[in-house]
Amino acid sequence: MTLAHRIIPCLDTDGARVVKGVNFVGLRDAGDPVTLAARYNAEGADELVVLDIAAARDHRPTFLDTIRRVAAKLAIPLTAGGGIRTLDDARAVVRAGADKITVNTAAVTNPALISELSREFGAQAVVLAIDAKRSAAGDHWQVMVRGGRDATDLEAIQWAQQGVANGAGEILLTSVDRDGTQKGFDVPLTAAISTAVTVPVIASGGAKLPEHFAEIFREGAADAALAASIFHDNIQPIGALKNYLASKNIEVRLQC
Amino acid sequence: MNLTLIDYGAGNVPSVERALQKLGAQPMRASTAAEFEQATAIILPGVGHFAALIRVLDEKKIRAPLLAALNRGVPFLGICLGLQALYDASEEAPDLAGLAVVPGQVVALPHNVKLPHMGWNQLQIQPRATPSRLLRGIPSDAHFYFAHSYAALPLQKKAGTVATCTHGSEFIAVFERNNIHAVQFHPEKSGASGAQLLQNFLALAAAA
Repeated sequence: MTLAHRIIPCLDTDGARVVKGVNFVGLRDAGDPVTLAARYNAEGADELVVLDIAAARDHRPTFLDTIRRVAAKLAIPLTAGGGIRTLDDARAVVRAGADKITVNTAAVTNPALISELSREFGAQAVVLAIDAKRSAAGDHWQVMVRGGRDATDLEAIQWAQQGVANGAGEILLTSVDRDGTQKGFDVPLTAAISTAVTVPVIASGGAKLPEHFAEIFREGAADAALAASIFHDNIQPIGALKNYLASKNIEVRLQC
Repeated sequence: MNLTLIDYGAGNVPSVERALQKLGAQPMRASTAAEFEQATAIILPGVGHFAALIRVLDEKKIRAPLLAALNRGVPFLGICLGLQALYDASEEAPDLAGLAVVPGQVVALPHNVKLPHMGWNQLQIQPRATPSRLLRGIPSDAHFYFAHSYAALPLQKKAGTVATCTHGSEFIAVFERNNIHAVQFHPEKSGASGAQLLQNFLALAAAA
């Protein structure tokens, strides 16, 4: 009887449709977010994340409408983000039906945003997304922004700890090195961050096989694991994945 | 049934409302004292900071009519902070008085585990003379979704403690005493088991 490890599908959208492609390159349509949300809710997903990866100001109402329609299909928690720069942006996303908000680039630019959001919504609603990449020298992980394209001066472990001190209640950690490779999650990165912070860590980037999930929970100390296309394309059905993890004595929620 | 949903601005009011509507209920949001007089069932959703909830109850002068309704025997369901608000006080905001319907303090969960306690956990159902009405028809190993860092500890397992959960320490997850019902988790986010719990509350409220 311990807290279950969570399996979280992620819908990367252009505001209205789910898209696939690495770092905005070669985006292609991967379906309707509302249809996918309903499917994942029924298949036993533990949460859902919906991101606006284009995050252009002019189509904000479209993304809010997507959140509204996705939330209406769910009996599980919903995290939404992409382009949240101000408290007002976050309020609109929460009003549309998100239980948690995720911030990334804007938190790097303005770390006070995390504490503002935490004061308003509570730490349990604030997810700090960190895109991390191993440095050229290989001795640390660098925080990347703008969809993993631009390097910053921040070191990932320190940034995660600062984010938690500022009021983030969860870390969504994406390995830029592994994202899109389907070679498995980044175990050393995830373990380093997860043991350095006091809040739950969601591992993201690189998942394909059930073994990858078992490994990131066991050796990466992840509290949750996130993936996108392997779920969208039914390469890895959620029910079968959870049955596999349960067979390896990893605590998961089997009923839904 | 006049199902009243206390709207103090909490983030989960729309999700609770939606979950109830899916079950065929027609909740009405209430944020003024007058709206409580006709209530035949009350739900207090809550998420976030203890102080935010208690301050709104007092600023909007909801505390007295809510307590009056509870004393009249109106069926009540508190969710998350809505459970914590029933106690005397919380370490999260020590200067503010809770509703004091249930004796005891809400305390911070210990720091030897990751906080917030976030995600799906199972219940330890306590032996009782009368079976739980909220948990009727729900498998005893069902998972529910939690998102909190403070909790009510079952220092003495009083008659109202239906089920506990453990994260760092054991805490009260389901409370039932006469017309007062409360859960620390979020039934509105807890899949089919959560929907069944809300359905059970609606059924007991309709029969009251």
